[in-house]
Amino acid sequence: MTRQITVISGKGGTGKTTISSAFASLADDVVIADCDVDAADMHLIMAPEILETKDFYGLKVASIDPDLCTACGICERSCRFGAIGPDLHVDVYRCEGCAVCEYVCPSDAITMLDRKAGDVFTSMTRFGPMAHARLGIGEEASGKLVSAVRDAATELALRYNKSTIIIDGPPGTGCSVIASITGVDLVLIVTEPTVSGMHDLERVSEVVEHFRIPALVCINKSNINEQNTNRILDHCRSRQMDVVGILPYDRTPTDAMLVGKTVVEYVDNDFSSGVRAMWEKVQKYLFAE
Amino acid sequence: MKIAIASGKGGTGKTTVAVNLALSLGEVQLVDCDVEEPNCNLFLRSDLEKYQDVVLPVPRIDGNKCTHCGKCAQFCQYNAIALLSSGPMLFPQLCHGCGGCILVCPESAISEDGRITGVIERGRVYDTINLWQGKLFIGEAMASPVIRQLKSSIGEEGIKIIDSPPGTACPVIASLKDVDYCVLITEPTPFGLNDLVLAVEVVRQMGIPFGVIINRHGMGDDRVDVYCKAENIPVLMRIPDERQIAVLYSEGIPFVTQMTEWKERFRKMFGDIVSQIPVKEGN
Repeated sequence: MTRQITVISGKGGTGKTTISSAFASLADDVVIADCDVDAADMHLIMAPEILETKDFYGLKVASIDPDLCTACGICERSCRFGAIGPDLHVDVYRCEGCAVCEYVCPSDAITMLDRKAGDVFTSMTRFGPMAHARLGIGEEASGKLVSAVRDAATELALRYNKSTIIIDGPPGTGCSVIASITGVDLVLIVTEPTVSGMHDLERVSEVVEHFRIPALVCINKSNINEQNTNRILDHCRSRQMDVVGILPYDRTPTDAMLVGKTVVEYVDNDFSSGVRAMWEKVQKYLFAE
Repeated sequence: MKIAIASGKGGTGKTTVAVNLALSLGEVQLVDCDVEEPNCNLFLRSDLEKYQDVVLPVPRIDGNKCTHCGKCAQFCQYNAIALLSSGPMLFPQLCHGCGGCILVCPESAISEDGRITGVIERGRVYDTINLWQGKLFIGEAMASPVIRQLKSSIGEEGIKIIDSPPGTACPVIASLKDVDYCVLITEPTPFGLNDLVLAVEVVRQMGIPFGVIINRHGMGDDRVDVYCKAENIPVLMRIPDERQIAVLYSEGIPFVTQMTEWKERFRKMFGDIVSQIPVKEGN
């Protein structure tokens, strides 16, 4: 049975990718999934060799045939998204692919076209197979693409008989976060002792609670503000979330990133040994019966 | 005039720049469009009042009229209606509110309710800032309708600073739509550059004039500078990688209130931005 863990944070830049990459280099038999699809960075550390690329189709987009259009304007009036202008052209950024215009058009002038919204890659890395993606600029369907990456990761786990899927999640609380955590066994929330980090930890822990997923917490950059670190510890205690790692504010993640390595490959110091110890703990939760 | 503060990568300093710029300029409207994680007010501490609910239409199916024909479920592009043996079942979080199911139902069994997915709030701080923020409720997926309603709530006059969400997907497009200029924040690291390149693609595709701020300057290497030079992108400001700035940030204190020499730098940068905005026809 494959176990899945997603690393999220609410706030961006707290260290999700640093930690999920390090976990990937420590795990024995693992599939890696980069689900931060609209700002994917994990490939910079993983250096994946792409084995297969699949087109990803998001929501469809309306297209009006000018030869059949009688300019009656019914489509413009029926579109709830303001995607059809008075000149009866489709604004592809606003179109949400609902197909109402196609349905109401009395002249059959509108067709819903498939729209390629990105690519899904399956790759091999020095730590094991990896699923990742590239979302087209400004595309709507990032949640759907996250699900496609997770499907690809599940297939890889079956094909290569891997016990663990480590998912690097996106920031925020909306559709792509929800798609990254639904159905996983465990979530690790990486936070930092700043007012933003704490506020976003609170919101994202409400999200995992809403979807009833067990969550652990890592406090990164802890010594930037010891008082806030203690507040986070209190908060986690009251929410019954275990804090499995407290990491210092230091240059290690940046230095490792500059040479394309995970922190545990790069150096043996307080930061990397903290990450190692955290992975030992996380595994106990992940594989608990 | 609308100026958006954006970035591909999260945590590069969008909110820091938006708040400190707003505090340096005098009378402004600051619009927090990062509705999944609105953070500007953590640094301004305004008593926000509710302005409006964000309400999305969602279908209601009349069980007495419904014949279980399944046309609504078939039509819905978002899988928000599934046909079970007991009849249609609704998944409101997936509904985009297009109204298609109402149109296709042959029995006129579907009407519409409103569903609240978020809230628009506002407040006034420091005598000069009108703060507006949108908040997406927990468990809700769709940020863009909250962002669109937030932006349409604000009058046209004056200077508007828009704090955008991270990434390059639809919430970013909704935030950047119709702005006059975009400031992209990045950090001098491989991740920072990778995500800056993606963000540059977005603003170029949308035809928005833009410049870059390098935050935590000195923490990494010079690859962002090299890229900006090669691409002819103006670097508007470099904020150094200083522990004092990071500590003030952690406490929720905008650094221009302590390091006041920065106010002048933000004002100068604003002047540079204004001079880079092409004059529109009719102005």
